[in-house]
Amino acid sequence: MVVETLTRDPDAEARADLIFHALADTTRRDILRRAIQGDRSVSALARDYPISTTAIQKHVAVLERANLVTRTRRGREQLVQSRPDTLAEAHQLLEEIEVLWRDRLTRFEALLADSPDESNPN
Amino acid sequence: MPITNVEKNPDDLMLRATCEFDAPVERVWQVWADPRQLEQWWGPPGVTATVVDHDLTEGARVTYYMTDPEHGEFHGWWHILAVDPPHTLEFRDGFAYEGGEINEDLPTTLTEVALTSPAEGKTVMTVTATFTSLESMEQLLEMGAEEGMVGALGQIDDVLTGVATN
Repeated sequence: MVVETLTRDPDAEARADLIFHALADTTRRDILRRAIQGDRSVSALARDYPISTTAIQKHVAVLERANLVTRTRRGREQLVQSRPDTLAEAHQLLEEIEVLWRDRLTRFEALLADSPDESNPN
Repeated sequence: MPITNVEKNPDDLMLRATCEFDAPVERVWQVWADPRQLEQWWGPPGVTATVVDHDLTEGARVTYYMTDPEHGEFHGWWHILAVDPPHTLEFRDGFAYEGGEINEDLPTTLTEVALTSPAEGKTVMTVTATFTSLESMEQLLEMGAEEGMVGALGQIDDVLTGVATN
């Protein structure tokens, strides 16, 4: 394992920090989930939580800085929309990690198949 | 393939794999609970894993190292958060320096295992891995590539294309 040789992209690191911070809060994760399911107005979101509209605005701003959502105006409403590109990045990484787990679990099963006798310790 | 479903939740940085095995729950549990079996599947193929400490009780640790001819040794740990044999196991896993001291700069993963028996002699296992950040996922993949985990893709393809008769 030669971790020192990993090349790091400082921009990606800063972006990851923002995303991590944004997702580290239950309310913000919840707001993001709702935004993914469809655009939500800030006032509609405020009705869903026992916190002030200002507090919701602050949460949305944190999500926005992390590029997870964007805010657009529609008439008097402020709409919160999810940013599929950041989520797509997460999805892509999960796809790759899935390969590791499929590999692991294939070996896991091979182990069960190799030693059927142990399945019956009695 | 034992895997019946893989659920990915990019919002929560979570991956959940569900598998079905033709083996009783107790037998499947052994694959986690017996260090000699664990070392045969946890690490990448072609790399010798050695489990040093293995105590599946709450608050205890599992420690292991892997020897890769090209990159030398790397050390890892599990910190057991919850356990209920032979049904549930929850741990945080990460990496350590050679002396065993936890390396805080490397990513950790929360792993939750649940075993249930839908019928006698059968086990459904779900493994849920939750990552801390996009960056940590990238880092894990970079490390995986170095350790040859990603290089094992070909082997998986072999299994997928019919070699798997289990």
